[in-house]
Amino acid sequence: MASKIVTLRVNDREEEFLARPGTTLLGALRDTLGLTAAKRGCAQGACGSCNVLVDGKPVPSCLVPVETVDGAAVATLEGVAPTGDLDEVQAAFLEDFATQCGFCTPGMIMTAEALLAENPDPTRAEVVEAISGNVCRCTGYEPIVNAILDAASRRRSA
Amino acid sequence: MTRLRGRGYAAVNYPTGMNLGGDPSQALIHATTTGTFVVSLSSVDLGQGLKTVVAQCAAETLGLPFTNILVDTADTDTGPHCMGTFASRGTHRVGNAVIMAATEARAIMLDVAAEELEVDAADLETDGTGYIQVRGAEAKRIHITDLALAAHFTHGRTISGRGVFMKEKSEVVPETGEMDPDSCQAHACTVAEVEVDDETGVVEVLRMYSVYEIGRALHPAMATQQVEGGAWMGMSHALFEATEPYYPVRDHGPADFSEYLMPAAGDIPEQVSVLLERPAPTGPYGAKGIGEMTANAPIPAIANAIFDACGVRLDHMPFTPERVLRALDSLRGQDLSAHG
Ligand code: FES
Ligand code: FES
Repeated sequence: MASKIVTLRVNDREEEFLARPGTTLLGALRDTLGLTAAKRGCAQGACGSCNVLVDGKPVPSCLVPVETVDGAAVATLEGVAPTGDLDEVQAAFLEDFATQCGFCTPGMIMTAEALLAENPDPTRAEVVEAISGNVCRCTGYEPIVNAILDAASRRRSA
Repeated sequence: MTRLRGRGYAAVNYPTGMNLGGDPSQALIHATTTGTFVVSLSSVDLGQGLKTVVAQCAAETLGLPFTNILVDTADTDTGPHCMGTFASRGTHRVGNAVIMAATEARAIMLDVAAEELEVDAADLETDGTGYIQVRGAEAKRIHITDLALAAHFTHGRTISGRGVFMKEKSEVVPETGEMDPDSCQAHACTVAEVEVDDETGVVEVLRMYSVYEIGRALHPAMATQQVEGGAWMGMSHALFEATEPYYPVRDHGPADFSEYLMPAAGDIPEQVSVLLERPAPTGPYGAKGIGEMTANAPIPAIANAIFDACGVRLDHMPFTPERVLRALDSLRGQDLSAHG
């Protein structure tokens, strides 16, 4: 099979590149476009560390053949705030100590961004439900849940 | 079906570091031309927060802001030697080495400042915001950025220091069995509250209360997170994780994350954690290591809580529904025969 030209709008920038057959969205982001925030934890859709938004929906980018999302808008952690700034979710993760090693953090934040875009005032149970596909080995989850609730209230009062 | 409540506790004493054939960690520190102090280590931070706490140690010792410190753990081939970050030794060994290196650098920093300000180094102090000043005549002062520039370009000096923290090997005294294998010990206790479903065998941890005596909490928020993240991991070992569930039979081993179970955000208990601070004489600013111990006490605490809830004594982890039900069955069998 031949490589394909794929066009994506990544963090509001047009990108066009050649993708070999079998290239995942995660592979294209990390290896072709140099956007390494999304992490390859399991490469089989079970950990959420590679989550990015495709047309606003959180997806495990390790499971998405990149040619199947040709033309889509992709949002990664690199794009949530201008360089040097933090958005409300990032600020809440930082100030509420919701990261330890940080490996799960990009996926957690993108999952939280999708939740808050859809539901600006989630309950605790809704936050837990939203991140139920994201694995964290370090924190015990409690600070992550708290940070997402905190981010929601920061954003509502912003 | 009944959901049975139980409560159990367990305590742990945990050594900081181990009795190797000599257990050193080394640190080098030097000022750049603009007064950033680079701490060079080969100790690895894989998420435990070592870079943060050793930067705090360096800043505190130098008397400079935390933001003036840059910790470089880049390369174990070329960096100063470290035995490694294991045995809960990182904060203690590396922290002590960094304090020694920063102490030496601070003396040179004050010496260069004395030359620059034409005063006696013994009259100088740091104000914690970046200035070195004359005690009692604070208007006479110099900022670390200007001082570092002067050191490099006027005086041709380096503001630097070396730190070697070495825990020597401790041999057993044959007569008494006495030895000093570790540098200090941290202590903790965890209480777990569980609910056991006597029909399904599912154990749910409702709450965990933990108290940790850790010398000094150099960074209380990170220490608390270590305690609670570790308790989560302990609970995960107690109830879920097994690479070989029927060992020594190797069947049914999980192959990936979808089969290797761990509690997710929906399975976490409420946690209450308290830190007690009793500075350890050998610790960097009194700190002990708590890296590994935090997963320990929750496991026997949960086992004891299961016993309290339903009378079964489980001694093989994880305490899966299958094991709970088998134990309940045999307990009932025993009860029947006892009454039969
Ligand atoms: S790497 Fe994609 S879900 Fe784990
Ligand atoms: S912070 Fe380490 S995996 Fe979540």
